[in-house]
Amino acid sequence: MTRDIGRRRLFGMAGGVAGGAALTVALAACGSNTGRSGKGSGPALSQWYHQYGEPGAEQAVKRYAAAYDKARVSVQWRPGDYDRQTAAALLTDSGPDVFEVNGPKLDQIKGGQVVDLTAEIEAVKGDFNQAVLAPKIWQDKVWAIPQTIDTQLLFYRKSMLKAAGVEPPRSVDELVEAAKALTARHRKDKVKGLFLGNDGGAAVLGGTPLFAAGLSLITEDGKVGFDDPAAARVLGKVRQLYADESLLLGAPTDWSDPAAFVQGLAAMQWSGLWALPQVEKALGDDFGVLPFPKDGAGKPAVPVGAYGSAVSARSKHRKEARAYVKWLWVDGTDKQEDFALAYGFHIPARTSLAKKAKQLQEGAAADAVSYATEYGHAEPLLWTTPSSTAYQDALNRIIKGGANPESELKGVVRKVEAELQRAKTK
Amino acid sequence: MRATKAAAGTGTGGLLARLRGRQNRNLWFWAFVGPFAIGLALFTYVPLAWSVYLSFFDAHNTVTPTDFVGLDNYTAMLGDDAFVSSLGTFLLFTAFIVPATYVLSLGLALMVNRLRFAQAFFRSVFFLPTACSYVVAALVWKLSIFNGVRFGLANTVLGWFGADQTAWLSTTDPPWYWLVIVTVRLWLQAGFFMILFLAGLQRIPPRLYEAAAVDGARPGWQTLRYITLPQLRATSVAVVLLLVINAFQAFDEFYNLMSDARGYPPYARPPLVYLYYTALGQEQNLGLGSAGAVILALIIAVATVVQARWFGLGRKED
Repeated sequence: MTRDIGRRRLFGMAGGVAGGAALTVALAACGSNTGRSGKGSGPALSQWYHQYGEPGAEQAVKRYAAAYDKARVSVQWRPGDYDRQTAAALLTDSGPDVFEVNGPKLDQIKGGQVVDLTAEIEAVKGDFNQAVLAPKIWQDKVWAIPQTIDTQLLFYRKSMLKAAGVEPPRSVDELVEAAKALTARHRKDKVKGLFLGNDGGAAVLGGTPLFAAGLSLITEDGKVGFDDPAAARVLGKVRQLYADESLLLGAPTDWSDPAAFVQGLAAMQWSGLWALPQVEKALGDDFGVLPFPKDGAGKPAVPVGAYGSAVSARSKHRKEARAYVKWLWVDGTDKQEDFALAYGFHIPARTSLAKKAKQLQEGAAADAVSYATEYGHAEPLLWTTPSSTAYQDALNRIIKGGANPESELKGVVRKVEAELQRAKTK
Repeated sequence: MRATKAAAGTGTGGLLARLRGRQNRNLWFWAFVGPFAIGLALFTYVPLAWSVYLSFFDAHNTVTPTDFVGLDNYTAMLGDDAFVSSLGTFLLFTAFIVPATYVLSLGLALMVNRLRFAQAFFRSVFFLPTACSYVVAALVWKLSIFNGVRFGLANTVLGWFGADQTAWLSTTDPPWYWLVIVTVRLWLQAGFFMILFLAGLQRIPPRLYEAAAVDGARPGWQTLRYITLPQLRATSVAVVLLLVINAFQAFDEFYNLMSDARGYPPYARPPLVYLYYTALGQEQNLGLGSAGAVILALIIAVATVVQARWFGLGRKED
């Protein structure tokens, strides 16, 4: 189970499985396998990846690194709590030269931990998916090159919906009704209508309901994007799902794993694009995918995000590291396509590649790609950890505790405003 | 000391010999104690002092900050609802888990102590969970015993009586997650404290019970109240102290039971977990995290001192 977690934590802010993370970090720092495998000439570069669950991905990135002839690149494939490992390693001189990062976060950019990669990406900037590129940009400079796009979807079991006489939901109200009807119809088999993760949806949904209601987390001009009655309205509906007891809770695996859906514990599940091959294999064509349905005047929404490849400012070979990143993640389109589609199931970050890929042209995969392009929204760079913690806490209290959405959101808006102020002043 | 001085005075080696001590005693002292003392200083005292230092700076993503902010981190932390409520969580947890473990392990010890046969067997059986890691136990509790679906152990058993399935860790009203958190810790630590109580019970001279019986004390509550408990006083003090310290360290089972890939819900969030996310998350706000840690350390220090005074720890047994 732990093998898959890294990839699934795509937009995740924190977390993991290991208990003593401090210890993990300490141990990781003394890791014996330096993975020096590059055979090219030139300076030695070390490149870090988090552990992808897909078989073959590790061999693939090592193959790419070995093929580079201007530097000896050694790849480290790091299991465990990758975000914390890199955060700690970047404070020292023994960190990576090139590393993939679920970010970088605003404080990492402002703290001068990563190097400006604008020149590397400039020529083909327009070809990258703009939604996932946007959070990598701060003050008109690009700080990481997006690798592959991941997104999330609502999977539904066609046969179960049919048995309950329910249409695939097109609005949040319909989603609430559908989940209720499905739970009632399948009560004797102990099947629930919808699975949004074991906490009732707070963690995985995040800002998605806000986007579906036509709002945002932070507006383009850097203000709080959900200081609006529509926000409380849509979150109140998500609470309704929990209050109706239409949600599956406490499944052995969380939302990132399609097991609950495939095993028939729930008729609908919110999960990632990565789950699609597994669901297809288990259910054949007895399933469909939807974006998070719209509410009121909004549009449907799906979250998108991308790990980016960044260069550490503490690297002793910054110039060479930048050249390598350009070679692999900007110029190396064949490798990008191979990495996105040959092992797991991601959308290439380059739009031209995503359009070409055969695997993404039919069935549920094609739907998923069109949702990601049309309805995709990424977490903005200004959405810092204190903001998101305040929002997640409020969402938890609204969904599970039945707290008043309006007053909860008011508190969050205050915190986010303070956080935005901090971002601007420094 | 006097012997050392005398030896050095009569010897001819001067300073070096004096430093070494008689029979190289000082040398051997440092040979044995040195590595430990260096480790302790390097891995405990230096980080501790550094953390205090960091708490006065704006230390985002750095351990060598330059931006002195005075007490700002402290006021921010004390004004943070989430941190204050985590302190509340932690006091609530301590107030419950300490008496509960105390009663349970004392009960087990009294029962095992009375056994005429298979005492060693039961002693081992109850002690075994102590050998299990908190992480492993938390995962067993989360994934197999208290998962929320129909095939979880707790739900299967309740299902025999016709009850609906309960999502133990996700239900906040009533707060079933506390049941999971508390039972896993009880299971893990009751056995260890039972052994301490057993040792204490075996030190009580049987003649005390005999004398009490002669004086007409009824077996059961009266003997327990007036003979057993007073005789166990030293053990009890040790047990309570250890329990409180253990409760202060609440992290492992909380983190493994409640956290998910996105963080930690605002329920049952002890301060260590909250600080862990503040200081070590991607946010890496080490200044704020250190300020929280210092506040927590002060609370623990005060609690320990009060407790030690109250129990008269270190005073001679009467």
